[in-house]
Order: sequence, then C-alpha cells, then structure tokens
Amino acid sequence: MTIDLKTVKHISKLARISIEEEKAKKLAGDLNSIFDFIEKLNELKTDKVEPLASIAKTTLKLRSDEIKSQNIREQILKNSPEDNKDFFVVPKVVE
Amino acid sequence: MTDVLNLTLVELVEKIKKKDLSSKEITKAYVERSEKSKKLNTYITEDFKNALKKADNFDNSPDFDKKLPGIPIAVKDLFCTKNLRTTAGSKILENFVPTYESTVTNNIWNEGAILLGKLNCDEFAMGSSNETSFFGNVQSPIGEKLVPGGSSGGSASALAAKLTPTTIGTDTGGSIRQPASFTGTVGLKPTYGSCSRYGIVAFASSLDQAGPMTRDVKDCALLFGVISSYDNKDSTSINFKRKNYLKELSKSMKGKKIGIPKEYRLKDMPKEIEKLWQKGIAIAKDSGAEIVDVSLPNTNYALPTYYIVAPAEASSNLARYDGVKYGFRANGKNLIDMYEKTRSEGFGNEVKRRIMIGTYVLSSGYYDAYYLKAQKVRRLIKNDFDEVYKKVDAILTPSTPSSAFKIGEKTDDPVSMYLNDIFTVPINLAGLPAISIPAGHDEKGYPLGLQIIGKAFDEQNILNIAYSLEQEIKFKNKMNDWWM
Amino acid sequence: MSAKESDYIIKRNKNNYEVVIGLEVHAQVLSNSKLFSTSATKFGAEPNTQVSLVDAAFPGMLPVINELCIKQAVKTGIGLKAKINKRSIFDRKNYFYADLPQGYQISQYKDPIVGEGSVVLDLPTGEKTIGIERLHLEQDAGKSIHDIDPQNTLVDLNRSGVALMEIVSKPDLRSPEEVNAYIKKLRSIMRYLGTCDGNMQEGSLRADVNVSVRKKGEKEFGTRCEIKNVNSIKFMQMAIEYEANRQVDVIEEGGSIDQETRLFDTKKNETRSMRSKEDAHDYRYFPDPDLLPLEIKDDFINDIKKSIPELPDEKKKRFIEKFDLSAYDANILVSDIETSKYFEEVIKNSDVKLSTNWITGELFALLNDKNLEISKSPISAKNLSKLINLIKDGTISGKIAKSVFEIMVTDDKNPVDIVKEKNLKQQSDPKELEKLIDKVVNENPDKVKEYKSGKEKLFGFFVGQAMKASGGKANPQLINDILKNKLK
Repeated sequence: MTIDLKTVKHISKLARISIEEEKAKKLAGDLNSIFDFIEKLNELKTDKVEPLASIAKTTLKLRSDEIKSQNIREQILKNSPEDNKDFFVVPKVVE
Repeated sequence: MTDVLNLTLVELVEKIKKKDLSSKEITKAYVERSEKSKKLNTYITEDFKNALKKADNFDNSPDFDKKLPGIPIAVKDLFCTKNLRTTAGSKILENFVPTYESTVTNNIWNEGAILLGKLNCDEFAMGSSNETSFFGNVQSPIGEKLVPGGSSGGSASALAAKLTPTTIGTDTGGSIRQPASFTGTVGLKPTYGSCSRYGIVAFASSLDQAGPMTRDVKDCALLFGVISSYDNKDSTSINFKRKNYLKELSKSMKGKKIGIPKEYRLKDMPKEIEKLWQKGIAIAKDSGAEIVDVSLPNTNYALPTYYIVAPAEASSNLARYDGVKYGFRANGKNLIDMYEKTRSEGFGNEVKRRIMIGTYVLSSGYYDAYYLKAQKVRRLIKNDFDEVYKKVDAILTPSTPSSAFKIGEKTDDPVSMYLNDIFTVPINLAGLPAISIPAGHDEKGYPLGLQIIGKAFDEQNILNIAYSLEQEIKFKNKMNDWWM
Repeated sequence: MSAKESDYIIKRNKNNYEVVIGLEVHAQVLSNSKLFSTSATKFGAEPNTQVSLVDAAFPGMLPVINELCIKQAVKTGIGLKAKINKRSIFDRKNYFYADLPQGYQISQYKDPIVGEGSVVLDLPTGEKTIGIERLHLEQDAGKSIHDIDPQNTLVDLNRSGVALMEIVSKPDLRSPEEVNAYIKKLRSIMRYLGTCDGNMQEGSLRADVNVSVRKKGEKEFGTRCEIKNVNSIKFMQMAIEYEANRQVDVIEEGGSIDQETRLFDTKKNETRSMRSKEDAHDYRYFPDPDLLPLEIKDDFINDIKKSIPELPDEKKKRFIEKFDLSAYDANILVSDIETSKYFEEVIKNSDVKLSTNWITGELFALLNDKNLEISKSPISAKNLSKLINLIKDGTISGKIAKSVFEIMVTDDKNPVDIVKEKNLKQQSDPKELEKLIDKVVNENPDKVKEYKSGKEKLFGFFVGQAMKASGGKANPQLINDILKNKLK
C-alpha cells in the first residue's frame, strides 16, 4: 500500500487542511513508513472476531428529558473570533 | 532546597492539618521555585498571583476535612480550567479561555487544592517526548537537553523538578507512564471509565484516561481517590464502588500471583531493561509473591492497532477545531479556504500527520481493512489479558524500552518515536489499569520504570503491589538542579 | 383493496417512462430537550439562546442521550409496523460545515434503532402499501443564514443537536400524488403518536427526494439523483416533476444520468446540481466512541406498545364498520388526529351522518377560508353537536342551521340560545302551515290551474311562496307534504 501525492492531496481535502507541495511530498513519505508499520495487522486472521465496541460490560445510560442548560449565549460566543453578540460569523460558502 | 519542597503530598496534607505549615508557605515555596525554573519550560500558563491569593483565603478560613486542604497543584494543559487559558499545547487554542471546569480538576478543587498553573504537553496529547508543543520543548530535570517523555512531559518534569507537589496527566498510549518512567516518578493510568473525560480536551475517546502523577505510591493512592468519580455527563463513565485507596494501601505480597509475559521480552531489548525487570521479579518473589510465566500472544500487534484506532478517533475529535466557534482563525476568502488555512496554520506537524492517518483509515474503501480490523485485533488483545487474569492477579513488565533520550534525537522518524509506547499501549487498548514506578537507573544514570498492570477496576491491588516494590527498591532520583 | 398501478407516465417520442421515487423524511422529535444535550428545543427562540457547551462542541464536551427521544423513535417504529432493533449503534458522520459545530453529526449507520416496516396510502384508486426501509435517530444541524450580511454567513446553533428521526422509504413511490399521500400519512401517524408535530412551516418535517426514471416495463432502476431538503409537499411535487422530465430529456438525447445531489430552486422551479464531482462527500462513518451501544429490553418496548393510541388505519376501519361511513369520508375524518378527535366528540351526542356532512362540509369550508387548524376552530365540537341535534329533532331546518352556524363563527354560543333569541325555530305546526299554504293556493289560482294541467315545475314556485310567506321558517319537509296533498 503506497500513499502517493494524489492521495495525500485528497485526504488533506477531506480533513480540510491545506498542504504545500513540498510538505505534501514529505508527508507522503512519513505516511508510507507509518503504513508499512500498520500493515503488520494483515498477518492476523480476524474474520470471526467481534470488534471491541466498549471496554466495560455496561450499556448506554439514558438521561431524562429535562431542560438543564439555560440561555448562555454570552458564554457561547465569548471565544468567537468575530465580534457579534447574536451569531457566529464565517466567510461565505462558495456554492 | 527547603524542606517544604521535599515533603510528599501525604506529608504536606498532614502538616497542614496539624497547622505545622500554612497553605501560603507551601504555595510560596512552589511559586518561587517555579519562577526560577523557567528554563525547563514546564508551564504554559502560570497562575501564581491567584494561587497565592487563594492560599491566603484558605489560611483565613481553612477546611481541614478536605483531602487536599490548601495544597497547590499544577495540572496538564489538557484539562479545561474555568477562566484560565487552556491550550492543549496547540496554537489553535492559544487564546482559548474555557467558561467551564473539567470534572477531574473540579474534584481536586472541591477537596481544597489550589491551581498553580497549566503544564506543558505534546500538542493535543500526541507525542512521546513533549517536542510537539506549540509552546516549545520541555526539558527534563534529570539532565540538560533530555526529553521528559510525553505527552504529559510538562507534568512529569515539573513534578520531578519539584515545581509542584503532585500533578495529573492523561494517558492514551502511555502518556502518563512513559514520562513517569523517564523522570523517576510514579504515574497511574486508571481503568478506562474510572475518571471522567468531561472537560478534558479529547484525543482518542476510547483510550484517553486522566490519572495521578506523583512522587510516591501513597500520594498516588490519595490523588486517585480524589479524581476518580462517576460522572453522568460522560456516557463512558462507569458507576462502581470506589475504595479509600490510601487507607487500604497494604504492602503484603503474600499469595499474589504476578504474571511475566514473554512477548514483552523484545528482540534486541537493551540489557539494562532486562536487568531491571529481573530485579523487579526477584523483589516480588522475595516479598512472597508467586511468579508465573504467561503469554499475551497478540502483544506485537498492539502498536499497529493503536496507530490506527487513536488517529482515527483523533481525526474526528479534532474536526471541531475549525476557527468557527473559538480558537485561532486564519483569514480565508471563503469558508473552505478559511478551514484549510486555519487548520494548516493552527495544527503542528505531528497532529497533522495523525489527522491524515486517521482520515485515511476511515475513508471509503479502507474502513474494513484498517479501522474495523484494528477494533477486532483490539478484542484479541483484551481476550489475551482476560485469559491471563484467570491465572494471575497482576502483570509485571518494564515501562519503557529505554531511558530518556535527547531532544531532537527521534523527531525525524515518526515510527521510532512510536516505538517508545510499545509496553504501554496494549493496556490502553484493553482498558486496564497500570502504574509505573521508578525502579532503577541505566548506565547514564537516567531513571527507568517498572509497570504493574492490573485487572479492570482493581487499582487497589496494583497500588499495593507497587507500594510493596517501592518500599523495597527505595529509589532516589539523582538530580542536581542543572537548570537553576 | 389494492390500488391500480400509478398512471403517472412521462411520454417522449413514443417512449413511456415511469418515475421511481424514494423519500428520506427528517422528522423533528417532540421532546423538551435535545438528543444528546440538555438545552431546549422550542422553535423561534432568539439566535444562540438554546445552545449548550455540548451543542457548540467546546473542547472536552461529551454527548449524553435523551431517553424520551429513544422512546419516541420506538413508538414511531411501532406505528410504522416496523421491526424494533434491541441493539443499535450511534455512528459519527464526518463532514465540515459552518452549522455543524462538531465537524461530525451523530447519526446511525449500519445498526439503526428501527428496521423494516410499511405504510398504507389511501389513494383515489385504492390502497397502496409503501415499504419503509428503516428509521434512525440523528442530530439536526444548526442554521446558516446567508442573506443578512453580504460578505459573511451568520450561524445560529439553536437547532444544532435537536433529535431527528430519519425515515427512509423503499423506492416504492411512483408519482407526485403518491408522495403527497405518503407524506400526509407519515405526518398523520406521527401526530397521532405525539412523536412529531409535522409542522412543515417550522421545519419539523423535511425530506430528501430520490428520483430516477426508467422505461415502463424495465426491471432495473435508473440512476437516481437526490434532491435535498425540500420543506413542503408542493415543492416536493414540483421538484419531482421537473427532475423526472429533466432525466427523461437527458436519456432521450442519448446521455446518461450522473448520480448527484441537487437542490430545488423555489424561485425558478427547477432542480440544480449542488456539488461538483470532486467534492463528493466521504463521511467516514465509524461508531461514536463517546457512546456505548444502545440496548433496549422487551419491557421497554412493551410499555411503549401499551401507550399507542388507535392509529389512523384502525380508526378508519372502525368508522367504516361501526358507523357505515364511506371510505372517502372515513379517510377525511381520520387523516388528522385533531379532526378525528373533533369528530368523535361531536358524534358522542349527535347523528353520525349529519355530523360527517357538517364537519367535512361547512366546518372545513370555514376553516379553509380562515386558514385555521381544526384545533383552533371558532366553533367548538360541543356546540356543533348541539346545532346538529336541533336539525335532527326538527327544531330548525338545514337552511336555518346554516345561518345559525354563521352566527356561531363570531360568537361560539350555544345554538339553542341563538335560535331562541333570534326566534329561528322553524314552523312545524301542520295546522299553521296549512293555513299558510291555503293562502298561497288561493292567491294564485292561475298557477294552480297550470300546475294541475301538467306543468310540474311550478311546484317549486308554490314551495317558494310558502317559504316566503312563513318568513323562511317553514319546515320544508312538511311544506312539501302538505302542498302535495293540496295540489292533488
């Protein structure tokens, strides 16, 4: 399994991280050595094995339908990069 | 060094309760030493002024029923602390100030402790040497230009250098135990689900656990009792009866069966590591334990499994860092451009590498071959432990395959860095508890640790075994305060 | 009775194409708090005032599931006669968008909470069963507002994290008409169950419409296109018409359909492509590690089964059998829970036939005219019942009743009082009526002669005169009988 430059570019698009050409080349190299290492798992036969869903022998705890969180708009927007007291503001999407 | 700094946490608590020491005296001592130790770069955010104020407040109306009355504590910068900057060692959270507190740190403040500041760590807890932090490398007090280990490198370094009497870190693949081993301190990774993850910056949700990093096992038992709690704000938190771990600490090894897994004996393992291991085995035997050879057949698949599962979960957990709601935002000509620039500039190289791996192993066509496969191997690894625990009560192994290395020594080769976690990672995959205690030194005089792995929720047992070994080993850190 | 095959066909150059439609309906769950957080779900709140730290995806925040939302999903599944899965998994659906704070949506992928079921449609041509593929729970996203700021998009996260049930149909629908019936039926069932209010204007119910075409008789499905987020039945129908025709045109010209996602432009009434091919989403689904698998027990499901009210299909059957209503009328009366409640209240004390006519006739016309839901009817069920009883016992005629009805619109009074006050009681005393009729007959000898010599149409003239003489209050049936006698 080799990871080429095209794949690196595709993955970086999915991950929304821009990568310059030079850095992408180095990254492809790093990823390839990491994947060589990961490929070791192919040695194991796991067809009949159940994936590990959770460590503990417990099931999802259910919460009652109560409203506990109040209006904390100020807190929510406090760390926002733009200065707007009602909304989050982002550059427009290009459709 | 003044006496105050040499007291353990348990001793400090006793002294405060007896009024032999005030919170102000203790806090002042630690603040002063911390201010002289900036070279180690252990702090990302200092809160010394507030700490001294809080210490005064405590002394004015002390509550001696608390378990950590007036004790100053610095914590890893992965725990969200209300109104104090929390960065996760990253540029993307460089100026983030949470309006909320993590459950684990809340438990600590509720027991009377005082926040000294936030300690440096690998960015988003991804690293084994604290060399990936946006805020610069941490140096180990053990020796100049030595790594303290990671990702809880700032915590381990500050603890060993006596800049904080005790601390907490997080462990996803060894991030508490490996730095503990490198710095000659004690580090416990509890059973998955025993400490709440609410308010801890998430790295890999099915592996992350907060845990105590302390000077000795008694301190560890005390601090673990404080931080472990059931939290209904964390759906993976387990509701089980927590013990009084300090009170029930016991040295008795009689009748204990300790397993020695042959797969941990690596090919080309450094002689010193093997020697250390044998030393531990001998002490255990002499103390009355029965040594049993056991096998954990899938051990060699643990690291590859980890390096699929952890990055996959991280790639998704870190998607929220997009410049929209909080944190760093780069200018972009449109939304996608903004995302791409923000995340490119905001994340460091190791984080980007792991996000890429994670995105790839989850991507269309690869999910079955990688992520699903890794989750299946994870079950095999857990099954190995379940089998072994039918025969033994605990497992003894080295904590790390080497002692601390030099800053910059492994940064060019990610895989060689990953191999640091070879003894610690299987435990996270299986969700079990494990503690690292300092057990000796290598030829260079650097500390080496031994790891005791327990059954799920059986922290008392491994604390007891660790206590027993610790008392026999009588380890002392050889430090010369080189940075002062 | 099974419906005939749909006759919705698109003809082009001697070729007949049929349209294959599948719907993914997103229904907001009726609950006080959100699916994984404890903030409120009320519609119309000020922006970002119903947003918790979890909703805004702050560092270290974790999801905790709302038990009621699970119950609502199971309840809906039972209403859809579907398989309830005792074990289901929540997965993360990963993608980036401004109104998706986590960078992923918590949804269910391979193991949804509800499996296969079915819904019966009442079409003019008969009944048709539409298969349900599955129902799963997922988080709703926030709202992006593009038209306030010219440079930027504003984001309101109030809706982010509200529980949605996604109901996926099998590709069994064949026409815009069937889609109309399907949405209405789903909506009706959920309103009966109280699991979703179906308010499309408020966005509680929306659908992604999958459309493909194939030559009539072909067994293979054509390539489908997905039209996202259509929020009214009218738009769904228009979108289907446009899209089906577009696809037929492409095929007729020798081209092939690209599988893609489209939007319905409500101004131009056409669908257009939403994403370029390169931006195809790879959602990288994997089980959410912050949540354990959901396991529900038989007791849990049975308790919910017990709480299910009589649903539209059963109610319709009962109305037909017990009250001898026509299928058409029964349909109308059960289609909405509020209508059926109103009807059942009225018929507690009133004649069924009259009640049916008055509700589906006068009352519906009134509500339509004033654009009101029956739950906001100006005339209460109790009072309508009283009015109908006045007709039945002959106190007033049907015609008079209409006037009383008008009065009740502005003033929902007891009609008995209105009749008394306005002296509207109809004249049913045969002796009085005979007097009246005698007068009319005596005053119109010529017309009587004409009538008796064969001009039968003139009967209406006499009826009219008699009614006029009585001031409109004469009992029409008696007038008829007495007149007939007199003019023999």
